[in-house]
Amino acid sequence: MSAPTMQDLRIRLSRRSVLEGLGLVAAGLGLEVVLPSRAYAGPMPTSLPEVPTEGLRANVFVHVAPDGLVTIVCHRSEMGQGVRSSLPVLIADELGADMAHVKVVQGDGDEAYGDQNTDGSSSVRKIFDDLRYAGATARTMLVAVAAKRWKVSPAECEARDHAVFHKGTQRVLKFGELATDAAKLKVPEKQAVTLRPRSELKHLGKELPLLDGPDIVTGRAVFGADVKLPGMLTAVIARPPVAGGKVARYDATKALAVPGVRKVVELPAATKPFLFQPLGGLAVVADNTWAAMRGRAVLDVTWEGGDNATYDSEAYREQLLAVISKPGNVVRNVGDAEAALAKAATRVQATYNTPHLAHAPMEPPTAVARVEHGTCEVWAPTQDPQTARSEVAKAVGLDPSKVMLHVTLLGGGFGRKSKPDYVVEAALVAKAVGAPVRVQWTREDDVRHDYYHSTSAQRLEAGLDASGKVVAWHQRIAFPPIGSTFADATFAGAGEMGQGIVDLPLAIPAIRMENCEARAHTRIGWLRSVANIYHAFAVQSFIDELAHAKGADPRDTLLEVMGPSRIVTLKELGVAKVPNYGQSLDEHPVDTTRLRRVIERVTGLARWDERKQQGRALGLAAHRSFLTYVAVVVSVVKDANDHIRVDEAWIVADAGTIVNMERVRAQMEGAVVFGLSLGLYGAITMKDGATVESNFRDYRLARIAETPKKIHVDIIPSDGRPGGIGEPGVPPVAPALANAVFALTGTRVRELPLVKSVKV
Amino acid sequence: MSIRLRVNGTEHELDVDPEMPLLWALRDVLTLTGTKYGCGQALCGACVVHIDGAAVRSCVTPVRRAEGREVMTIEGLSPDGSHPLQKAWVDLAVPQCGFCQAGQIMTAAALLAKKPKPTDAEIDQSLAGNLCRCGTYTRIRSAVKKAAGLPNE
Repeated sequence: MSAPTMQDLRIRLSRRSVLEGLGLVAAGLGLEVVLPSRAYAGPMPTSLPEVPTEGLRANVFVHVAPDGLVTIVCHRSEMGQGVRSSLPVLIADELGADMAHVKVVQGDGDEAYGDQNTDGSSSVRKIFDDLRYAGATARTMLVAVAAKRWKVSPAECEARDHAVFHKGTQRVLKFGELATDAAKLKVPEKQAVTLRPRSELKHLGKELPLLDGPDIVTGRAVFGADVKLPGMLTAVIARPPVAGGKVARYDATKALAVPGVRKVVELPAATKPFLFQPLGGLAVVADNTWAAMRGRAVLDVTWEGGDNATYDSEAYREQLLAVISKPGNVVRNVGDAEAALAKAATRVQATYNTPHLAHAPMEPPTAVARVEHGTCEVWAPTQDPQTARSEVAKAVGLDPSKVMLHVTLLGGGFGRKSKPDYVVEAALVAKAVGAPVRVQWTREDDVRHDYYHSTSAQRLEAGLDASGKVVAWHQRIAFPPIGSTFADATFAGAGEMGQGIVDLPLAIPAIRMENCEARAHTRIGWLRSVANIYHAFAVQSFIDELAHAKGADPRDTLLEVMGPSRIVTLKELGVAKVPNYGQSLDEHPVDTTRLRRVIERVTGLARWDERKQQGRALGLAAHRSFLTYVAVVVSVVKDANDHIRVDEAWIVADAGTIVNMERVRAQMEGAVVFGLSLGLYGAITMKDGATVESNFRDYRLARIAETPKKIHVDIIPSDGRPGGIGEPGVPPVAPALANAVFALTGTRVRELPLVKSVKV
Repeated sequence: MSIRLRVNGTEHELDVDPEMPLLWALRDVLTLTGTKYGCGQALCGACVVHIDGAAVRSCVTPVRRAEGREVMTIEGLSPDGSHPLQKAWVDLAVPQCGFCQAGQIMTAAALLAKKPKPTDAEIDQSLAGNLCRCGTYTRIRSAVKKAAGLPNE
């Protein structure tokens, strides 16, 4: 194909209006807006559909063609969470379109769409109403044309089934018949557009079909590495084993002698802070992947380690334990925890550790780039197409308007693919060799050069009065922060403390929580549910310990510690504010009614009260994250070889309004398995600054036989504001598992993964 | 050196390094990209194809081993996605990201060809080498049973 520059495709709209969200509609620029997307709709992204020029383009998300075809852009990245099967249906429902006549296309990286960063479980919760307005605006325009033709009031008309109906006379005009005239109208202001009542959104909360299912099961679906351009070469990169290291010297003679190897390109070394820079190293560029891999294997290279070269995660574990033996910065204070502890009848203290984790999506990082004629075109499985685009532009020295970033399907993301270092690599190598290039990470590259989930240590202490009531809570937390990847940060940031620390509901009169210093010695990044993983592990394990310390039922103790049904105020939390995942606390308060409900529901489904009669070992945990409330019960048994096996799990979520019930259930099932993987096996260790693990042999994930026979999912019916879906299922799983192991064996596991201390 | 093999019923003559894994011959040379690279060491199963009906890990199978034999990839499992496993996979919405699913389906297809009514243990055992990071395992089990016409209690 002849690649037009992004400039040709740019839409005439001001940056300001984009920054106002869907302000482009309000700004009345909609009719001049060209769909910025030349994204792929079909099998091969190299034969992109031309943007239709006829018909109604009410905004960048919706196009109605004169032949009736409605094109809806999915501007968020699909990585298994089902966004392509969900968001377009919401827009179509507001419009009144019939999904049988809707084509979904994937949006390129473009600011015209507003925020495209598919991260933080945000694709529904942050833009639910905005996307509805996108559909409703187009509907309003189509209805206006029909009303005018019939000389009736728009209020007498309704849009449904891909047509506008006159309620009184049942006259009908199909969308296609209205599109051309609708395109001549001024796009209405947001205030002039009315959203449908929820009851008219006929697919809302239903089990929707999986859009890409048929392509996936036939092998036609296009992931990052499936893009093939004419003359494309493949690069495999030897990166410094230590983050921040560099090439000391190298000899490419043997690599270049491998048949098919064309070139060896040295990439610039990364400097701190790492940001989204590639790690540097040597790219072996070849005619095919196998030749590139063979070339890399015989590359003669000596590395310089840099200042992370002494990092040893075992030694660091001890350092973190030393850190939490001393006070840190107080991030939350209620009453006088020290005095309350001193007066307590019983004191319970415990320390919890969790290791680094790798994301290990099944599709290792990969990207395709072509740099020519002063433009750059990229195909990438990326969670954050706009950042990928701007990072590529910076790296190859082009204005972002000269960079086109097409988003393929992602073979898993989990946060890894929101860091576009691998996309930048493809652009750098393509530029260096003057040909289209695919950069392919091997699994070893993926495991050894990740932005790792942080390693943590926490010390918790509680005081109980003579009746067993918890009267004091003291928690110290230390982990190298994500901020270290972006600046010289050594304390966890507000965002991380907002993940189950400062927003944790505790009905305890004296609370102190301290954030302790921890310096990073590798690239730290966010992984599905982020700091909630270790915070929930420590808190939910500790509450189980408190139950046993006072001889009470763990569920009753959990409910007692979380406290009665209420909206938890900032005053009660003892903090000035909570980050609340970027959303308002008024709209999304910390609501213990919802937390109690999921706990009561999950224990009911798991028949918690009958577990002793049934001889079952169950563990419970609950956690609010990404504005969603989740409780999990895990059942464990011993198999014939005395190994602990998870045989059943229950997960209950209150995520407010659900768009696609089917994918929400799938996400909760997947979250249980993800949580079991990290709870049972997940650990990245570092020695001499380099990652010890390399592949699935030593970085173990749960397999089918290690997955419970049944994962029961229950979603609380709600018309409340939507919460996150992709991440919140994960945090309660590992503590529920550890609590179940205690119930079965009496062994309290305070360090993840379990495989370190028990037979699993 | 050229290697002759049949892939999805079509004869091919490939001029490649005979040690090149079949995976890369399929993906890079024949542009059959439905078969995926996940680990390169026979640890994840994303690359499973059939050689003469048997499930093999194409990432560790030199292309010379397929010489003169019949290779089937996900693209050849049915002309139109109508294999009972493909239908069950869609009906039960098994895939999340979808990257591992071709390997899961090809492994299950080899199982059902040999054992039309597998037990739960046989399903788990057969698919033990296929990782799914999204965690779709419970639905994979259900879909195999559905395709086999077994009740999913």
